[in-house]
Amino acid sequence: MSIRVAKTGNEAVAEGMRQINPDVVAAYPITPQTEIVQIFSSFVANGKVDTEFVTVESEHSAMSATVGASSAGARAMTATSANGLALMWEIVYIAASMRLPIVMPVVNRALSGPINIHCDHSDTMGARDAGWVQIFSENAQEAYDNLLQAVRIAEDKNVLLPVMVTMDGFIISHAMEVMHLLEDEKVRKWVGEYVPENPLLDVDNPVTVGPLDLYDWNMEHKRQQAEAMIQAKPVILEVAKDYAKLSGREYGLFEEYMLDDAEIAIVVLGSTAGTAKEVVKALRADGVKAGLLKVRVFRPFPAREIAAALGGKKAIAVMDRSDSFNAVSGPVFAEVRSAMYGVENAPKIVDYIYGIGGRDVTMDHIKSVYDDLAKIVKTGQVERALTYLGIRE
Amino acid sequence: MAKSIDEYLRTQFMPHIWCPGCGHGIVLNALLRAVARLDLPKDQVCVVSGIGCASRAPGYLDFNTLHTTHGRAIAFATGIKLANPDLHVIVVTGDGDGAAIGGNHLIHAARRNMGVTTVMFNNSIYGMTNGQYSPLTPSGMFAATAPYGNVERNFDMCELVRASGANYVARATVAQARQLSTYIERAIENPGFAFVEAVGSCPTYFGRRNKLGSSLQMLETLKKNSVTAAAAAKLDPAELRGKIIIGEFYRGDAPGYIELYDGVIERAKEAAGK
Repeated sequence: MSIRVAKTGNEAVAEGMRQINPDVVAAYPITPQTEIVQIFSSFVANGKVDTEFVTVESEHSAMSATVGASSAGARAMTATSANGLALMWEIVYIAASMRLPIVMPVVNRALSGPINIHCDHSDTMGARDAGWVQIFSENAQEAYDNLLQAVRIAEDKNVLLPVMVTMDGFIISHAMEVMHLLEDEKVRKWVGEYVPENPLLDVDNPVTVGPLDLYDWNMEHKRQQAEAMIQAKPVILEVAKDYAKLSGREYGLFEEYMLDDAEIAIVVLGSTAGTAKEVVKALRADGVKAGLLKVRVFRPFPAREIAAALGGKKAIAVMDRSDSFNAVSGPVFAEVRSAMYGVENAPKIVDYIYGIGGRDVTMDHIKSVYDDLAKIVKTGQVERALTYLGIRE
Repeated sequence: MAKSIDEYLRTQFMPHIWCPGCGHGIVLNALLRAVARLDLPKDQVCVVSGIGCASRAPGYLDFNTLHTTHGRAIAFATGIKLANPDLHVIVVTGDGDGAAIGGNHLIHAARRNMGVTTVMFNNSIYGMTNGQYSPLTPSGMFAATAPYGNVERNFDMCELVRASGANYVARATVAQARQLSTYIERAIENPGFAFVEAVGSCPTYFGRRNKLGSSLQMLETLKKNSVTAAAAAKLDPAELRGKIIIGEFYRGDAPGYIELYDGVIERAKEAAGK
């Protein structure tokens, strides 16, 4: 059976990488991700993995080396945070459009400036249109579980897309929790061997990767990329089902917490879901019909499924841990409200931007959101469509 | 009586983040004493940094300061210098920031002979992220990412920058604080690209892992291992192994980029008949 351990999120993900035993890892240090690849580098040095570890001179090179390795037919990984992801930008898009099944843990941190090293989702939310599958984690256990599943999702022949597995910087990455690891052999068998389709190293069947692709075929290739993301949704669910058999832990596109009969609910990603669940529990004890929907898979966005889950509720608050600076809302709100368009008896829906730059989010903050929703239900009026939670102004 | 450096410090942001025994304070002190001797007005100095332990310095300095992204300080500084050539633009950078992720900007600023002074705080390690080896970690030394010793070779930054075309190139360790300060002073005075490598020490992540003793012992070691450029010229490579060559390696007077650019403006004006 599985192994009960106390691990930080970074340690858990490093253990997961060890069990996956990728062929190549290329990485550059950045807080709060550094630990993942640093721990992993000790596995390399001590012969615990067969990985070629490349200590590149920047994140742009880290993603480039990963793309090179993956094109050659290797199972390749890297990890980063915030400005590291931003520096990778050019190659992040290329990894997706070349259909390379790279898996990358991203430890969420506020994107500069001003310089900040603490958690918000501005880094990965900025990359939401890069063509990567994006999976968010609530705690170290989920980060580990999502990482292992990511390999199978990425390498599925119907997908062949890179996958970002995120966890909240410091809150998950550096906090220790009790969790369960699977046995090494079990993981290796479940993850399986990667058999690339057209690797550069297959010298008998030479291929060209990444050539110029102008107006004659570029649009068709982009359409194929879009199709892969559509196909990813059923694959993610199949992989989750199979992973449940292995681990006993079940995952979907999102998690519904006391949502069935809820009248008011919040939509949230990452570690704040844990805080919010405690608030829901307390509210339920007071007879308030509160619920929660935690988005696990943000790309592909499960619009239809979320609309079905939220339809019939009276008021919904979307929690955004980043801002779109579009003068309307955060990115998650835009997606959720768009998903709700045309839904009969659609609930009132409001946005909360919270936890920017690591600003602490307490149960009282979340409680105030549910209080606002209760007021909206009572009065039928939305006073504020967008609230910056706990802001001094 | 030397001018006090206190007026250049934003003491309200103290205490600083550097560990006890860190060499960065000595480098910063040398820089400020150079500025004091040159008696530069605070408003005529702009200090630019990237990311890392060294790059935290501008936060404590009461000049015009700009804290930028990892490795890019020299690129930002180039923009500042071009926008306001009268400013004394000083970049403070580390070995990870300036030699790894920002190495390209460094060599091209040197090639252009851009009028920027760069002081590289070389502590041989990525300190801020807990001690990964950098391009200036000497071969064989231990680091978080090199538990059995670093197999990579390290750059000689002074040779690199000299070969790239800089007007002024010098190196001293934090065990030669006065010399270091003199080099920084001459660097600031030079109108072209000027580079001073300040070899320091990171007792927390480099020293501890390599069993180099206390910060004081590390300072002693730096002093003991320093060889002047003149003395080094008489030694063979085997004798120079593990030594740090200090001194001024190049003092040139090639026109800086700003002077050349002013020439372009003059020629363009003449061509336009103005």
